[in-house]
Amino acid sequence: MAELTLVQAVNAALAQAMEEDERVLVLGEDVGVDGGVFRATDGLLDRFGPTRVFDTPLAETVVAGAAIGLAAQGFRPVAEIQFMGFMYSTLDQMISHAARLRWRTRGRLTCPMVLRAPYGGGIRAIEHHSESTEALFAQIPGLRVVIPSAPNRAYGLLLNAIRCPDPVVFLEPKRIYRTIREEVALGTAVAPLDSCFVLNEGRDLTLVSWGASVIETMAVAETLSRDGIGAEVIDVGTLRPLDSATILRSVEKTGRCVIVHEAARTGGFGGEIAARLADEGLLFLQAPVKRVTGYDTVIPLPRLEHHYLPSTDRILTAAREVLAFE
Amino acid sequence: MTRVATFEVHYTRLIDRDGRPTQPLPPLAEDRDAMVEMYRAMVLTRTFDTRAIALQRTGRLGTYASSLGQEAIAVGVGVAMTPADVLLPYARDHGAQLLRGVTLTELFLFWGGDERGSNFATPRQDFPVTVPIATHLPHAAGAAMAFKLRGERRAAVCLCGDGATSKGDFYEGLNLAGVWQVPAVFVVCNNAWAISMPRAAQTAAETLAQKAFAAGMSCEQVDGNDVVAVRIAMEAALTRARAGEGPHLIEAITYRLADHTTADDASRYRDDEVVGAHWEDDPIKRIKAYLVDQMDWSKEEEEAVIAACSVEVEAAAEAYLAIPPQPVEAIFDFMYETLPTDLAAQRDALLKEVTRRG
Repeated sequence: MAELTLVQAVNAALAQAMEEDERVLVLGEDVGVDGGVFRATDGLLDRFGPTRVFDTPLAETVVAGAAIGLAAQGFRPVAEIQFMGFMYSTLDQMISHAARLRWRTRGRLTCPMVLRAPYGGGIRAIEHHSESTEALFAQIPGLRVVIPSAPNRAYGLLLNAIRCPDPVVFLEPKRIYRTIREEVALGTAVAPLDSCFVLNEGRDLTLVSWGASVIETMAVAETLSRDGIGAEVIDVGTLRPLDSATILRSVEKTGRCVIVHEAARTGGFGGEIAARLADEGLLFLQAPVKRVTGYDTVIPLPRLEHHYLPSTDRILTAAREVLAFE
Repeated sequence: MTRVATFEVHYTRLIDRDGRPTQPLPPLAEDRDAMVEMYRAMVLTRTFDTRAIALQRTGRLGTYASSLGQEAIAVGVGVAMTPADVLLPYARDHGAQLLRGVTLTELFLFWGGDERGSNFATPRQDFPVTVPIATHLPHAAGAAMAFKLRGERRAAVCLCGDGATSKGDFYEGLNLAGVWQVPAVFVVCNNAWAISMPRAAQTAAETLAQKAFAAGMSCEQVDGNDVVAVRIAMEAALTRARAGEGPHLIEAITYRLADHTTADDASRYRDDEVVGAHWEDDPIKRIKAYLVDQMDWSKEEEEAVIAACSVEVEAAAEAYLAIPPQPVEAIFDFMYETLPTDLAAQRDALLKEVTRRG
């Protein structure tokens, strides 16, 4: 056991994966000597050497593309993109190739790679450094999209993502990279892919979230509990493939649901969850499903971004509306 | 002012359009079996091409990209590679794929719209045809890096067209290969056209080869209609790459004698007379003239090769046409290693629908 922050847990998971499987490689911009712009790869070059950890030229397309070539050749590359806002030039590689190599060749070639990036707002960054566009990747058949929200789950999910034979997009909520410390059981990967995490049990309301917004969502559950209201909190963890069964089971019990995410509302992944509730859980619902999300705007620069990110106030207001609905 | 760097691009042609040597030829050109093997491979490629277009025109094959006129590049590349190398082809490399061991039936299956056409029985590690232009150059850099990391004497061979050299992926792939000094050989098949865009409208660069200089990579031009020149250049580049001497780029100059694909009508943007003049440079005519002039290639031998290629292609076409489509649930196969629950539900719904329709 060790007490780690989320970014330390990412680092520990990378080290563990490299330790247990020599096919695991780390590549990306500044991941070597510098240890990554957020220090997620700190110490890996010293420990595993230049044949396992490579700095790449400043070119995101080829970071993803070279990882595909390495993966097709039997390596297990973990490629870092420094910020989600710079992942857009990897979309062609991820959509056209990583997601399809197994399918296109009927299993002859596979692409067991992980594309990691810090994502989300709230760190007072300049433009393009606060993006939360996970739904772009979650739309793509063949990709897995995984988002941890705490050190322990970050460790387990990343270890499982690296072991996974499918390509995984792993998005790390950088706002909480260093705000929480948690005991992490090293060497074991207890957080499975493909399943949501029920963080708090409750009978009155289901709150569904992922990434950094889980923190505010948990705070709202705590506030509600002081009023005797039991809010069940679900951290989606893996958006794709989605474990909708856990969400449906919860809503069957509570009848009410609020979905919280940082990304813009329209086309956001919350819409998919709401659609599945409408499709498979309509008769459980006692109130409309509400979404608390970023607005359908560009995420503002630091002076206004706190108005954009789902706050505890906005989540609480939505929760009370849904609870009051008759 | 101080000169800090100079670059030169050299062009090689060994056999002219009439089959005559332009200079003393390498021993390969004295090896009758090797020359006949290449000639046969080019004829087989063209026979496949003709049959594929006929099948497409009669609704039995999908949209097809012809390799008419550039058989010497694919064959020169294919014969130069060893089985351990890995090919990353673009859409006009049928000849190279055949030499790698991809079967004619697999090629028909691929162009016929069946994923199984990319599940090659033989070159298990070769990449499938890459459709999005130039997106596979980064894969070549990665695959070649894999060989380097494992200390294997293998090379990745990646082909693309002239239009591909305008894309960012092209340069990013070359640049990474250069900086990592990986065993990769890039071949730009400059057939003068990217659909309707002539080479001159693609770039102001004097040569496409010189783009390699920006990546710190050696390069050259060869006559892409001279199979001997292509092969010799490839063999040298592969030998250096496998020995750890870094990547190389070959610009092979040829001409697209066919439409871009069977969905294209090139008469909208280029004159038939211009295309007609390029038939004088036909790579098959050239090697045949060499065989006849230099190696006593007989009419009987010629007829035997033509007949054998026809029989082979016909048998493969029939085999392809006899292969039933995959079962409908194959849509869901291989998306993930293990089918996720929500996808299993979609598959079951499709199967139910198919059963209901009968």
